[in-house]
Amino acid sequence: MIERTPILNMVTYFIMMFGLLLILGPFWMIFTASTQSLAQVNAVPFNLLPGTEFLHNLQAAWHRANLGPAMLNSLIMALLVMVGKIILASISAFAIVYFRSPLRHVFFWLVFMTLMLPLEVRVVPTYNIAADVFEPVRWLIQTLTGIELSLQWNLLNSYSGLVLPVIATATGTFLYRQFYMTLPDELTEAAKMDGARPLRFFIDILLPLSRTNMLALATIMFVYAWNQYLWPKLMTTEADYQTAMVAMTTLVPNINSLPEWNVSMAGALIIMLPPLIIVAALQRWFVRGLVSTEK
Amino acid sequence: MNKRAVFKSWWLPILFALPQLLLIFFFFYWPATSVLTWAFSLEPAFGGAGDRLFVGWDNFRDVFADREYWQSVALSLVFAFTATALSMFIAFVLAICVDRQLKGSGIFRFFYIWPYAIAAPAVGLAFRFIFAPESGLIAIVNTWSPDLWNPAKFGSHAMILVIICFAWKWIGYNFIFMTAGLQSIPRSLIEASSMDGSGPVRRAIDLQIPLLAPTLFFLLVLNLTESFVGPDTYGIVDLTTEGGPNGATNVMVYRIVSEAFQGLNYSGAASQSLILIGLIMVFTFIQFRFVERRVHYK
Repeated sequence: MIERTPILNMVTYFIMMFGLLLILGPFWMIFTASTQSLAQVNAVPFNLLPGTEFLHNLQAAWHRANLGPAMLNSLIMALLVMVGKIILASISAFAIVYFRSPLRHVFFWLVFMTLMLPLEVRVVPTYNIAADVFEPVRWLIQTLTGIELSLQWNLLNSYSGLVLPVIATATGTFLYRQFYMTLPDELTEAAKMDGARPLRFFIDILLPLSRTNMLALATIMFVYAWNQYLWPKLMTTEADYQTAMVAMTTLVPNINSLPEWNVSMAGALIIMLPPLIIVAALQRWFVRGLVSTEK
Repeated sequence: MNKRAVFKSWWLPILFALPQLLLIFFFFYWPATSVLTWAFSLEPAFGGAGDRLFVGWDNFRDVFADREYWQSVALSLVFAFTATALSMFIAFVLAICVDRQLKGSGIFRFFYIWPYAIAAPAVGLAFRFIFAPESGLIAIVNTWSPDLWNPAKFGSHAMILVIICFAWKWIGYNFIFMTAGLQSIPRSLIEASSMDGSGPVRRAIDLQIPLLAPTLFFLLVLNLTESFVGPDTYGIVDLTTEGGPNGATNVMVYRIVSEAFQGLNYSGAASQSLILIGLIMVFTFIQFRFVERRVHYK
């Protein structure tokens, strides 16, 4: 506070309250809708006070969308993406920053280019390759040697299929590269003088130092993976591998069904909770990580 | 840019880079080249075996001749610019307010970030209910006069709905970056300018906005790109309007995916993807060439 500006302070508080209403309003609507009965939720004007049917709606949503296995699938997918991304990002950024190979610029640009083409735009060919991962390998061997192989690997309806295409982007690598660049050269020199080999330096010095970054990347990747929609929707045709986000769509009321918004809002509430809890709890770290990834 | 102290090893960097390289080769570069070849060729008729038929620019000609395609381009532009402007404006006002660091603003900041965590499809579902014509928050206007608000019937209403969804979801993200940007402005600058007699509003206009310009520029590029090709746009449209009514929200991303998987028109979808990427590149170039000139980094 530099000066006294009572009127302006009032205006600021007013705007901030309005913003709070704008942000929390929808959350409140979702919550109250999920506590009401079918008749209450469809009443006009909408009653903004919670009803008594909360548990009942949660149960209905849970059973109807088969959320138990779906949430488990989402959790497995999110954790695998999170861990996979951290490992990949830390080691590939290490290869870029700490070695002076002529190929490292090529590698850097190959990774960087992946930011240009989002999954939505190349989703059909990605689907094809997931159905037949070794297609390029067969093609390569055939053009080189003329031998036709019958190597097959189908990723559709599997955890690797859910995870691998989602990991194949560059975001985490940049976060780690940025972080390695901020470390002083003296650290490396000291470690080298003490006789540390690159692998030892990486495991004993870099990884412990990057704990904050790791936490930030973990949060970002968990939210990112949990909230994936198009890819899981396309590639899981079997209910066994359905994720929560896809399962949620079965709760959308359509023309031929009752407008059970109370149940679909209960479902939405369950599904949005895990990433929200993580973001709310780890806010400080992940904000720092997010801001330093993109800039 | 470069480290002074590096390690010497020829096999370790290759070993460490290999997993990432393999992944992007299989799941990025191979599919990306498929997009290229599909855009310039056709599947053999009746799904028969044999090589794809090279057709040059024919697929593009088909796409450009389609009136619905141009409608979809126009819709995407309207969607991207309005949603970006709305989201960035709200986030900016909130960030400026929070940055005044009045008592309790930490609580506000805590909640303003929340929309970032919510998945686009969930946002779409929630707002579909809130803005439903026969129940929810807005339905009351239809009791005053029927069909005052009906996104299931009127294209413009549906467009407003998807724009609101996208803008709301991105307030969180934009807010995070703007507060971080504002925090990095040295406190002494603000204090010096207030000694010179400027009030908080004048400081916001003459000091904070120009100094925040790089962040704003970065967010502008990112918001426009995301609303154009991003997964959030697809998720929101799929859960709220499914491109309807009558194609009124059939934006380019949604059109590409539905054309490929429902229409099974791979070549058409691939050429549309290429056009979309080209458009994004032109977009980004224009922004860097003309908008960035007005941005001062130091």
